Amino acid sequence: MIHIEYLLIVSAVMMFAGVFGFLTRKSTLAILLSIELMLNATDLNFAVFNRMLYPDGNEGYFFALFSIAISAAESAIAIAIMINLYRMLKNIQVDELEQMKW
Amino acid sequence: MFIILAVFIMLSSFATVMTKSIVRAATYLLFVLLGTAGLYFLMGFTFLGSVQVMVYAGGIIVLYVFSILLTEGAKDETFKRKMKDASWGLVLSLIGFIAFVSVVLTYQFRSLVLTAPIEGGEELTTIESIGRHMLSTDAGGYLLPFEAVSVLLLACIVGALVIARKR
Repeated sequence: MIHIEYLLIVSAVMMFAGVFGFLTRKSTLAILLSIELMLNATDLNFAVFNRMLYPDGNEGYFFALFSIAISAAESAIAIAIMINLYRMLKNIQVDELEQMKW
Repeated sequence: MFIILAVFIMLSSFATVMTKSIVRAATYLLFVLLGTAGLYFLMGFTFLGSVQVMVYAGGIIVLYVFSILLTEGAKDETFKRKMKDASWGLVLSLIGFIAFVSVVLTYQFRSLVLTAPIEGGEELTTIESIGRHMLSTDAGGYLLPFEAVSVLLLACIVGALVIARKR
C-alpha cells in the first residue's frame, strides 16, 4: 500500500539533495552530478504522476524516456567541455575559472 | 520493498552530496539511479526501468568516472567549501524541501494506491504499445519528439567530438 505522497517525498529528498550539492560544491563535475540527481527526481515525478493519477494515459512515461535521452546528451557535451577546460587551464573548480575566453 | 528502496535512495542521495571524494559521489549517484530503476520496476514501468539502468547506470556513470579520472583524479579532495556558503545552501534547500513537502501533504490527491502489478495479468505498457506510440503521428503519437531526439543525439555526438578533440 504505497500512497503517492511517499513517492513524491522520496523524489523531493533527491531533488533538494541535488540543490544542496549544486549550491555548495566547487568542482564542476560534482555540480554536474548534482544536476543528474535533480533530473532523476523529475523523471521519477513524471512516472509517478502518470502511474498514480492518470493510469490510462502514457504522457509522463514518454516524457521520462525523452528526458533520459536528453540528459544523456547534456552530460556528454558538458563532460567534453570539462575535459577541454582541464586541458587548457588545468583546473575545473568554479571559483578559479575566471578566464573563459579563447 | 518500497521502504527498502526509499531509504536506500534517500541515504544514497545524501551521501552523494556529502561525501568528500568525487569518485565516491559518482558511485553513490549510481546507487541512487539503480534505486530509481527499482521504483520504476515496482510501478510496473519495466521498459523505463531498463532504459534507466542501461542509459544512466551503464552509460552516464561510466562517462562521469572516466572524466573524473581524466581531469582531477580520485585523490583530489574537491569538497573544500566555506562553511558560510554551505550553511546558506543548506538553509535554502531545507526551505524548499519543507515548502514542497507541506504542499504535497496538504493537497488531497485523489489517486490510486500503488500495488504490485499482477503476475501474468494485463501489463500497463507493453513493448508493442510503446513502439506503436513512438512511431505514430496520431494523437498520442510521439514521432516528432522521437525524430527530434535522434537529431539532438547526432548533434551531440558531433559537438562532443569537436569540443574534446586535441588541437
